[in-house]
Amino acid sequence: MPLSIVPGLPHHLVLGAVLFAIAIAGIFLNRRNVIILLMAIELMLLAVNLNFVAFSHHLGDMAGQVFVFFILTVAAAESAIGLAILVLLFRNVGSIDVEALSKLKG
Amino acid sequence: MSFESALFYVFAAVLVFAALRVISTRNPVHAALWLVLAFFTAAGIWLLLRAEFLAIALVLVYVGAVMVLFLFVVMMLDVNFDALRKHFRSYLPVGVTVGLLVLFEMALLLASATRGSGAAAPASGESNTRALGRLIYVDYVYPFEIAAVVLLVAIVAAIALTHRHRRETRYQDPGEQVKVRRKDRVRIVEMPSEKREN
Repeated sequence: MPLSIVPGLPHHLVLGAVLFAIAIAGIFLNRRNVIILLMAIELMLLAVNLNFVAFSHHLGDMAGQVFVFFILTVAAAESAIGLAILVLLFRNVGSIDVEALSKLKG
Repeated sequence: MSFESALFYVFAAVLVFAALRVISTRNPVHAALWLVLAFFTAAGIWLLLRAEFLAIALVLVYVGAVMVLFLFVVMMLDVNFDALRKHFRSYLPVGVTVGLLVLFEMALLLASATRGSGAAAPASGESNTRALGRLIYVDYVYPFEIAAVVLLVAIVAAIALTHRHRRETRYQDPGEQVKVRRKDRVRIVEMPSEKREN
């Protein structure tokens, strides 16, 4: 099937896939910096939300947008708790390096 | 190519570029600002998809609240970020490889799955916000309430985690204040009266 130039469902799915792949590469690249890891997770959630909205539009089903709504809620809660843990980590360890988190190794 | 199609490609290019800058920039403040751009552009794409309410919610919740939280934390922590980036080069090949592999797998999946064309958008007369509100408050009431509880738990958890009881500052203890008796505060000293000298 030749890909039409007018953006349809495949275009949005490809964009979501590219975004998700970039976020995964970012997790590997910034393995030591917890803040960038959290940002990469937010990017992944954005890619998933993009897929939900695209399917919701092209299949004509509003339920996908409801799920995006819930994902936004949970992502906001996740980032708030994640940043709280980050602040706590910096206060106790003095660094946000993932390599410094070896206290549970025993 | 219509104007909307061109707009989609522009937004997609900006979105991908912003995402690349988020993961590759050296300064976390810059990364947060690029992430703001990424969210804003994604909101634009959602507007093109006629999801107006979610687009506005994305800008309000993410750009307005979550990213400000990120910036607060980044600026509050006094971290030597250059030391954290020391091994960036050594992680580069594996990161790029994994990202390309994931992209390749998803491309295969898409190539096999998108044989048919997408259905047209529904020609319903009501606005997106109205339809979404009807769906949330009628069909998805209980998940909606659970989402509210999740937010409450997040508030309580974030405050409980970061609250710090400082020893050096003085607090009032109302219980102690109520329980106090006269003998705790007043001491009567018995002494004989003295005559004045001159």
